[in-house]
Amino acid sequence: MSKKKIKEQNMQNQDVQEKDVQKQKEASSAKPGTIKVNHLTRVEGHGNIIVHLDSQGSIIDCTWEVVEAPRFFEAMVHGRPYSDIHHIVSRICGICSIGHQLCSIQATEDAFDLEVSHQTLELRKLALHAENLQSHLLHIGYLVLPDLLGVDSVLPLAETHREELLNLVACRRMANEFSQVICGRTTHPQRLVVGGMARIPDSGELSDLKAKLETSLKQLDRIVDLFAALSDKWPEFERPTEYVALSSPKEYALYSGQIQSSIDQRRPAAMYDQVTNEFCVPQSTAKWTRNVRDSYMVGALARFNINHALLSPGAAEAAGKLGLKPPVHNPYLNTAAQLVECVHSVEDSLKIVSDLISSGLREEKPARVRAVAGKGVGAIEVPRGILFHSYQYGDDGRIISADCVIPTNQNHANIQKDMDALKPQLSGLDPQEIELRLSMLVRGYDPCISCSTHLVNTQSEGHSMVRFVRED
Amino acid sequence: MAVKPKVAFFDFAGCEGDQLQVANLEERLLDLLAHIEVVSFREIKTEHSDDYDIAFVEGSITRPEDEKRLKEIRENAGILVALGACATIGGINCLKNFINESEYRSTVYGSSARWYSTYASRPLSAVVRVDMDIHGCPIDKNEFATAVKELLLGKIYAPPDYPVCTECKMAGNICRYEQGQLCLGIVTRAGCKACCVTEGSFCWGCRGMAPEANLDAAARIMEDHGFTRLNAQDRLRLYFGCTDRAFYPG
Repeated sequence: MSKKKIKEQNMQNQDVQEKDVQKQKEASSAKPGTIKVNHLTRVEGHGNIIVHLDSQGSIIDCTWEVVEAPRFFEAMVHGRPYSDIHHIVSRICGICSIGHQLCSIQATEDAFDLEVSHQTLELRKLALHAENLQSHLLHIGYLVLPDLLGVDSVLPLAETHREELLNLVACRRMANEFSQVICGRTTHPQRLVVGGMARIPDSGELSDLKAKLETSLKQLDRIVDLFAALSDKWPEFERPTEYVALSSPKEYALYSGQIQSSIDQRRPAAMYDQVTNEFCVPQSTAKWTRNVRDSYMVGALARFNINHALLSPGAAEAAGKLGLKPPVHNPYLNTAAQLVECVHSVEDSLKIVSDLISSGLREEKPARVRAVAGKGVGAIEVPRGILFHSYQYGDDGRIISADCVIPTNQNHANIQKDMDALKPQLSGLDPQEIELRLSMLVRGYDPCISCSTHLVNTQSEGHSMVRFVRED
Repeated sequence: MAVKPKVAFFDFAGCEGDQLQVANLEERLLDLLAHIEVVSFREIKTEHSDDYDIAFVEGSITRPEDEKRLKEIRENAGILVALGACATIGGINCLKNFINESEYRSTVYGSSARWYSTYASRPLSAVVRVDMDIHGCPIDKNEFATAVKELLLGKIYAPPDYPVCTECKMAGNICRYEQGQLCLGIVTRAGCKACCVTEGSFCWGCRGMAPEANLDAAARIMEDHGFTRLNAQDRLRLYFGCTDRAFYPG
């Protein structure tokens, strides 16, 4: 979009706000001119939904905008030594800090052609499972469940659904403790380093972890039952799109694999930019991505659609209970796919932990790093989808250029296409219902907007508003 | 303060990892909710109110337009608490303050760079009066709980003013300088129990400089252990990037 157009849009928005005030002054006239709603809540970061309605209440258009302050991470790592990079990019996002660290470390190790031990790989896989659990359970239980139960946040559930809530909280506490045992901390951990692990858990801690994971399977089962009972609350909507996820013949790919599209050839991770094709967007916000179609989807649902055959037995059973039959084309069900992945993560972790216990953990020093000039790419499935970090290093081990493609950015275009497709279905509905359906859609993607390093701000006002605009 | 004070959470540029630590209190958060009323918390709650006594604010200020919103929060709140390194010391966002502005804009956004509004990152205290700091990247959830308890008792929590070294000795860690690593624990404000060193790393300085840090002695230690000026600068710029008094009013 041209600068001029953006200005026009901003002016339009201001216009609308002014009209709004005016119309509110007119008070009880039959139709409110504009309905303003708060920031899109229960998502990480700052986003907007703007809906234009005509006088009949039909939707002219809905727009998904992102207005987070730009943070310039790719510039911030310029000239920085390799040892600090994963620490810096970890701060892209508190919720996916483990994933960002692992992807960063992978890119650096790829650039330096550094191999790590089998034990390190297993511990990293555990770290990723722990983060998936932390993040998914936060989203499923604290952010989405309130929509299904018709409340504004998780807080009132402390009164109305105390047992269910305590069960969720207990599961999430397990996920946090899991992260702590493996990474030393739940957020911005310190143990994951280039070449290996700065510290490893002891065997006692692993045995405790095993017991906790076993207990959590029953707790997760209760959450699955809860969501199975609420399955009629998901809005009915289908829009087949392109799904993109890592895939590997050996396992439900999270830590490594090739880039697989549901309708395109497989590509090695190093060729990620042939899939993401980032471009600037016509309506403000972030850089978007597209591959074969106008948009594609990443995240739990994409992984489920592509890799479901490799889910653990309990996870496959959970998918059945939740009514997920691949391919699933309803984006609202991304949350249900996350729940399936929670079961998978616990079952797969149990396998890894048992193996580590029986083989015995060895104290290992991180592999010795020999910095060389070159390029490296990391590709990892983090809670919200496939994440890429790509670094060019100089022979002094300092970054010359960096590129990070974050899952949420890859989903922005798909969110917009879903909104376009939802228009006829939503037209004429009560504005509150439209707001709920659209916010639920965006929330379903579990967007991590502060993650997006490429964000563009076009609104001059720090307050972002989700709003409806009625054009009489 | 009301019997059950009204509490609101806000965020500016940051990773929201500090609010996440609040959520990570898990069951203890439910206990805490018996004593406070959360009226605004965008990350987890849809409804919002501007009527609050205590505002917890995460993130650093990176755009001129953020100032207006922060000043409004300051006006509404009886007590304003800076939550986490981005808010208390400007955090890792300040790394960009050392890069030429046109360079970092065009590095990330190319020819569209002019669209975005941005200026040097700074902590909340460069814009408004802050009543209380909860340091760390991320904050320590236990320290958060302690600070809130003190607020409920009508007190302002004061974080330790001695350096991390003190706590690191108590944690029984081997000095990182003895292992050939550059560690900022010698000048960084304590309160974290030297958690990063304990986990196998070194102190990055995320809680900001201890108020009376002896920088001359620190420089000598770094030199004695063979670290160059560039080594020190690499590390110091991560979190100490906004000690420039020019950002602060008065």
